[in-house]
Amino acid sequence: MQTLLLTGKLAGLTTIILLIIGLPLGYWLAYKKFRFKAVVEALISMPLVLPPTVLGFYMLVAYSPQNAIGHFLEDTLNLRLAFSFKGILVASVLFSLPFMVQPLQNGFASIPRSYREASYTLGKSFFTTFTRVLIPNIKPSIITAVAMTFAHCIGEFGVVIMVGGNMPGETRVASIAIYDEVQAMNYDAANKYSFVLFIISMLILTVIYSINGNKKTL
Amino acid sequence: MLKIDIERPMLTSEGKKNLQICSEIEDRELLCLFGHSGSGKTTLLRILAGLTTPSKGRIIYNDTVWFDSDKKINLSPQLRNVGYMFQDYALFPNMNVEGNIRFAQKKKDNEAIEELLELFDLTALRKQKPVQLSGGQRQRVALARALAAKPNLLLLDEPLSALDFEMRTALQHEIRKAHSLLNTITILVSHDINEVCALATSVLTIKNGKVLAHGRPKDIFSEGTFQNYSQFLSEMTALSELFLGQ
Repeated sequence: MQTLLLTGKLAGLTTIILLIIGLPLGYWLAYKKFRFKAVVEALISMPLVLPPTVLGFYMLVAYSPQNAIGHFLEDTLNLRLAFSFKGILVASVLFSLPFMVQPLQNGFASIPRSYREASYTLGKSFFTTFTRVLIPNIKPSIITAVAMTFAHCIGEFGVVIMVGGNMPGETRVASIAIYDEVQAMNYDAANKYSFVLFIISMLILTVIYSINGNKKTL
Repeated sequence: MLKIDIERPMLTSEGKKNLQICSEIEDRELLCLFGHSGSGKTTLLRILAGLTTPSKGRIIYNDTVWFDSDKKINLSPQLRNVGYMFQDYALFPNMNVEGNIRFAQKKKDNEAIEELLELFDLTALRKQKPVQLSGGQRQRVALARALAAKPNLLLLDEPLSALDFEMRTALQHEIRKAHSLLNTITILVSHDINEVCALATSVLTIKNGKVLAHGRPKDIFSEGTFQNYSQFLSEMTALSELFLGQ
């Protein structure tokens, strides 16, 4: 149970943090033209093609107090990220970035420019336009982004094991527990975890398709 | 009074052109910007609304400078307070008819909303979402919404192009109603000579980004376009019969 709760906590927090980052980032990428935009988009999409262990390895190196980032985190912020929940949370946020940003960016891009402009000519600020015109009209994209991010986080393995290891109650999430139980030949326990992950993933995808399917038929 | 003296390069299907407009528009004028596609009509409308920035020049509305390239003044669309009706009407799909109109208000005023709904015959449709409305109904909502903000200028970008003849004649009446209610300047873009003659008190014809003529529709179209003008007269007769019949 502890493992499943930890998995849910990691996925939930990652999703909330990414939604806060993803909305402005998706807006920026959808509407602004700037130099090196392709580089920024490529960086955000990297986790889609990069082996999780590669990202995990670099994060572990960055967390090390022997490096500038790790040194700064430990000395100034008194934060040790390697093999801790905070560490896997940061890694998870980076690793799931494209799952949140891409649907949101596509959602913003699909809204006609005239909606924003109409709102501006009606005297509304950027913030009002963003919260009352844009966000409500990309609801299907937001639902997809949130659900995909959450589902993806639940199944995360490579990054977590590299950065967090396998510490019960701290970094031992369900996918790692499955691997661990299989190694110990506890197939019953492995089956329980696997079944729960299977059901949750299936439920999330069914919810997305039914909500977005209904929206299209409206 | 609206004084315009602006320049801006624009890219059209026929290549690069320079939009160069210098004109003065009197209060209470219902001005039609008339010209072929790509002549710069919509660009001028967007420049007036503050949605597109000219490369140089000045725009002054009743002693308020909206744009001055020398003094680096460029008022945002929010501060210009114009009612802009887009070609696609740009109604917000997440809000119903009433919600769209309410959104435009600067201060909550239920009475004004009721008046607008009644004026544009939208009371029965108030809870409908834009997706449930016909083209003509959407246009009426867009007009009502543009008026709800009590704008300084009413700018209409090809308001009737997507509608059939019967709907067009009925909605020309709505535009006149909106114009007289606002009692300010209305500028509409059109490339339909009949629409221009039926609606406008004055016409600004634009060709390749330059002003060709500015005057009353009768004076501008009676010379050289007699065939179109006679067509207009017959349409006007049909229109008046329609209204007299009602």
